[in-house]
Amino acid sequence: MPEQLTAPLVVSFPFTRSLGPVQSAFLTGLRERVVLGVRAHDGRVLVPPAEYDPTTAEEIHELVEVGTTGTVTTWAWNPAPRPNQPLATPFAWVLVRLDGADTALLHALDAPGPEAVRTGARVRVRWAEQRTGAITDIACFEPHDGPETGHATPHHGTFTDPVTSLTAPARLDYTYTPGRAQTRHLGNLARHLLTGERCPSCRKVHVPPRGACPTCGVAATEQVVVGPRGTVTTFCVVNIKARNLAIDVPYVYAHIALDGADLALHGRIAGIPYDQVRMGLRVEPVWRDGDRHPDHYRPTGEPDADYDTYKRLL
Amino acid sequence: MTPRPRDVAVVAFAQSDHRRATPGLSETELLLPVLREVLDRAGLAPGEADFTCSGSSDYLAGRPFSFTLTLDGVGAWPPIAESHVEMDGAWALYEAWVKILTGEADTALVYAHGKSSAGDVRDVLTRQLDPCYLAPLWPDSVSLAALQAQALIDAGETDEDDLAAIAARNRAAATHNPHAQLRGAVPHGDYVVRPLRTGDCPPVSDGAAAVVLAAGERARRMCRRPAWIRGIDHRIEPHDPGRRDLTDSPSTRLAAERAGAFDAPVDTAELHAPFTAQEVILRKALRLTGDVRVNPSGGALAAHPLMAAGLVRIGEAAARIHRGESHRALAHATSGPCLQQNLVAVLEAELEGEPE
Ligand SMILES: [Zn+2]
Repeated sequence: MPEQLTAPLVVSFPFTRSLGPVQSAFLTGLRERVVLGVRAHDGRVLVPPAEYDPTTAEEIHELVEVGTTGTVTTWAWNPAPRPNQPLATPFAWVLVRLDGADTALLHALDAPGPEAVRTGARVRVRWAEQRTGAITDIACFEPHDGPETGHATPHHGTFTDPVTSLTAPARLDYTYTPGRAQTRHLGNLARHLLTGERCPSCRKVHVPPRGACPTCGVAATEQVVVGPRGTVTTFCVVNIKARNLAIDVPYVYAHIALDGADLALHGRIAGIPYDQVRMGLRVEPVWRDGDRHPDHYRPTGEPDADYDTYKRLL
Repeated sequence: MTPRPRDVAVVAFAQSDHRRATPGLSETELLLPVLREVLDRAGLAPGEADFTCSGSSDYLAGRPFSFTLTLDGVGAWPPIAESHVEMDGAWALYEAWVKILTGEADTALVYAHGKSSAGDVRDVLTRQLDPCYLAPLWPDSVSLAALQAQALIDAGETDEDDLAAIAARNRAAATHNPHAQLRGAVPHGDYVVRPLRTGDCPPVSDGAAAVVLAAGERARRMCRRPAWIRGIDHRIEPHDPGRRDLTDSPSTRLAAERAGAFDAPVDTAELHAPFTAQEVILRKALRLTGDVRVNPSGGALAAHPLMAAGLVRIGEAAARIHRGESHRALAHATSGPCLQQNLVAVLEAELEGEPE
């Protein structure tokens, strides 16, 4: 069994979302240290507010201001906060029904320990110092000593410079593992050996191998050495420089049918002016010092391959 | 007069061993032996099913359109009729069932897979939440389930000892399931997020599952004792947990009603309850009494390959009928935080009015 290849894979995506009028008023309100809810058709006050009635699906827009104090409806003690969560020290997740609201808001409660938290506990908003119009403008909740006071009062919901969109950055870290077939293939490439897999059913040799014949849907396990020489079956001229890629444009990217392979792989063609690359050109891989895979393919100097020898691979 | 709908059955089921990590295998390599086994059982060649439908999530693998690679494993050339849901495979099975009911297909291959080991699944699952109000707080899956468990304890419907007993019973049942990941006695452990301890939480699993569906006579030829689908329905609740009664599952109850679950008693129920407290809620919503065998496979507490765990419930329930160990079984699948979305399927050994 060859060494198990792994690679870090970071997926980072800052989604920008436009907000509806109710969401916009709510998040702008948080920036101004005001908590707004919306009244549903059945009279209930929803906090956080929805754009549409949960029962009738009609648009709702009757905004009300509720209290910044509330009551815990359920809680969970989080002894080991994870990155990005509201507090870095152990805290309680809480659903809080703010005074004047009929539904509960999820947030964190800063409390010394689980013994200090219970359902029914009174809490109040602790505002973040820097507020931008986001749910995190509430830094967290904190214990509060006081009876339920607030009731919902009508609110115009208009503010200067309202927040109309939300940028939600997210980053997830993965460990990519290529699997058995690709690991073997990459290991062989590092030893300057090009390999494919033969399908036990249709006998075709697939390069690069993926563990299965995509046509027959069966596991392909027979290793076959292919190339190293091959034929350009088709190509394109790249004229736009890629970011973080130290390759001058224009250059040629080609489908290459390695000798003995039944599927063309792709690679960059160099060692020949870009406008002289052609279908049928015979090429071979070039490894630079220390490379784990071919850097590019260059002409072998052989006569061009006859069209009939590679047309089924187009 | 409405024409009688077609009779559709689960005729074959296969699953991988579910393990904490499968670093040596790509998703296709994880699936291949499962697909081979299920097709062999049904007597189908790769690519022969009239319809193929899969369930998986790009967020687990961290790669867009990752499901397209697994098509390598199904024999997709010449082109096949194929579909994919970014959901648990139980919903893929629902789509395949509907496709067969329309008469456009007589057979269907349904598969699902998840490699949770590629990322940190507690963080990954925060990305399914409301992007304005919830996702910026990164409330992880265990924390949300813990809020639900505490609500249930506060309501006097369970306590931590009850929950520990649920965990123990599921994992004891899993000793008879070679595919399960946690089998037998497992320490109940410390709090992950109180009131949930490690024992109350599902394992993080890599795994895959596949099912073949067939209509009428085809089903009878493929399987000695087909598991006939009497009904399937799925229902969803608001995504804001603060707007829901977390101690109940009205969506499960409604799906069960619409699937015909309450028309006659079931003898077996496979519940997709990743967290112990959720089994309490589901038993109540589904009116399961003491004489129903619940999770003879060990359930999601014994193995939890995300995106496949719900399909596994349907497969396990069907396999009991195939083996003659059940006459009428209920299978349940869930999706989203705190049992937000629920699917119920009712399977039977023989059709109405047909002698056994
Ligand atoms: Zn083949």
